[in-house]
Amino acid sequence: MKANYKYILGGLFALLAAGAAVAAGADLGNTQKQATNWTAIAMFAIFVGGTLYITKWAASKTKSAADFYTAGGGITGFQNGMAIAGDYMSAASFLGISGLVFANGFDGLIFSIGWLVGWPVITFLMAERLRNLGKFTFADVAAYRFAQTPVRSFAATGSLVVVAFYMIAQMVGAGQLIKVLFGLEYTYAVVMVGIIMMMYVLFGGMTATTWVQIIKAVMLLSGATFMALAVLFQFGFNPEALFAKAVEVHSKHDAIMAPGALIKDPISAISVGMALMFGTAGLPHILMRFFTVPSAKEARKSVGWATTWIGYFYILTFIIGFGAIVNLIQNPADFYVGGEIAKGLKGGGNMAAVHLAKAVGGDLFLGFISAVAFATILAVVAGLTLSGASAVSHDLYATVFKHGQASSEDELRVSKITTVCLGILAVILGILFEKENVAYMVMLAFAIACSANFPVLFMSVLWKNCTTRGVTVGGFVGLIAAVTLTILSANVWEAVLGNPKGSAPFPYSSPAIFSMSLAFFTIWLVSILDNSEQAKKERALFPDQLIRSETGLGAASASSH
Amino acid sequence: MSSQHTDTYAQIRNNPKFQALVAKRNSYSFIMTTLMMVVYFGYILLIAFNKEWLATKLGAGMVTSIGIPMGLGVIVFTIVLTVIYVRRANTEFDTEAAAVLKEAGK
Repeated sequence: MKANYKYILGGLFALLAAGAAVAAGADLGNTQKQATNWTAIAMFAIFVGGTLYITKWAASKTKSAADFYTAGGGITGFQNGMAIAGDYMSAASFLGISGLVFANGFDGLIFSIGWLVGWPVITFLMAERLRNLGKFTFADVAAYRFAQTPVRSFAATGSLVVVAFYMIAQMVGAGQLIKVLFGLEYTYAVVMVGIIMMMYVLFGGMTATTWVQIIKAVMLLSGATFMALAVLFQFGFNPEALFAKAVEVHSKHDAIMAPGALIKDPISAISVGMALMFGTAGLPHILMRFFTVPSAKEARKSVGWATTWIGYFYILTFIIGFGAIVNLIQNPADFYVGGEIAKGLKGGGNMAAVHLAKAVGGDLFLGFISAVAFATILAVVAGLTLSGASAVSHDLYATVFKHGQASSEDELRVSKITTVCLGILAVILGILFEKENVAYMVMLAFAIACSANFPVLFMSVLWKNCTTRGVTVGGFVGLIAAVTLTILSANVWEAVLGNPKGSAPFPYSSPAIFSMSLAFFTIWLVSILDNSEQAKKERALFPDQLIRSETGLGAASASSH
Repeated sequence: MSSQHTDTYAQIRNNPKFQALVAKRNSYSFIMTTLMMVVYFGYILLIAFNKEWLATKLGAGMVTSIGIPMGLGVIVFTIVLTVIYVRRANTEFDTEAAAVLKEAGK
């Protein structure tokens, strides 16, 4: 493990050195068409160089399928907690939530709370049981005592659909963001993300992906901490003074201190809350991280740390959003299109945190934060690709097609081929969806995760009468319901398909409250009606499964897996 | 091997300490999950039904509203609740699970 730190420290020093070497350079430009930002590009190049160096080291350690999927189970709880936080603190939550606070104040806080509350649920219900029952993917857990082919097929479908929607949203976001931050062409940006991400996953597997996440999490947390402290320092560390100034300068004045339009009807509010709360416990790239640690104890530590860092990060984004209000609005010449507040922020509302970086730390820090934002996307996309590749190679290829007879080498080869295919697919989808409205896709990914993956995992681990038929039928029902209701909601029906306003057949913001309940009900109903021989065998296996999930007896250990 | 395996599992299954551990952990997980849901959905429903109250100022002449410390409080509560569970599970529950395994000769 010592060697790791050497690499990480090396990378961080390289970054600092880069900061010193690159003189304060290009401005973001004074029109929508942004000038090439050399400071940011140089810092990003250092990040990529450093992480590729780590990938080279990781490649020497990635020899078996187990190394590829789970870094050989040798990640500690603290490291994994950082990596999980890295997976979860996407550019969307950094720029999106601070942008939302900048625009509406209080409402941004409501949103960030929603993104956090899934973590205790994972801790209390899932983390240790996943670690004790599974080996490489969450399908290992869901299919533990069931017929492998149907349950794995479902789990792989659930994983790939979630990964696909999440990935499209990230790729399109990456292209747009890089266009604004670096002044690069959209297509170049998307291709670059695809290639670098593929190199991490292809050569370094889970080891490289984990370290990329850890480095990025450290960079993001330090950058955000610096910004928040700089803002609080301006007001003598008195939040009341910060809020008072924000209320004074913001066009909505006192309304930014109160809940606004974000929560409309109670049903939508609960439904969105459920999607965020339980969806987190069904995201394949997050669940996969619990297999990289050596024991249930470390798995619990992982979530403990992850929750702490993510919660801390959301408090920072709230301060950053208010900091942007007081710093940017009073200086329209530097941060607004044509120097006029009416024309909006340069580069759009999501750029609030980026502009604040310049306001509190100058061009050099602006470059740093831009590079962090890009690194964030890269790391999240790498994690998604890895979980997609494992679903194909471990669940579909090794278990469904080869009936568990595939050798580790074959499985590894298939994972690598899949990684390349997914990388190319991600680039193509990123380019195809450039001009599309993809805002609904992350929420759809969460809706599917909470309506399909989560109920299947929950019931198979905790309910003794659950059967193969129950989870397979219930899982697919949840998946189809989540997708169908999302298409019928205003987010897609009106915003994407172009139907007139108010014509959406499904009136709520998220399908979760209905689709998740339907999935649980279907799993229950189909299971209790299932009197097959297979079902009896599966129920009889529950007590042994319980012993393993509760005590870790027979669980895959770090060295053997 | 096979009968030894069955013995180990049967022994654990019939060990009252194991049954007590499962019952205790299940109810603890359930209580903690419920607590989190009550706090979070309670906060959301408060926003949906009583925006005015949340907009009430903390004191005369102040701009900070009640909703802000409450919201930050939900974040801190989430972290604290998680850490409490992890601590208890990593000490008390793990010790008991290890004792059960030891009695079964594992």
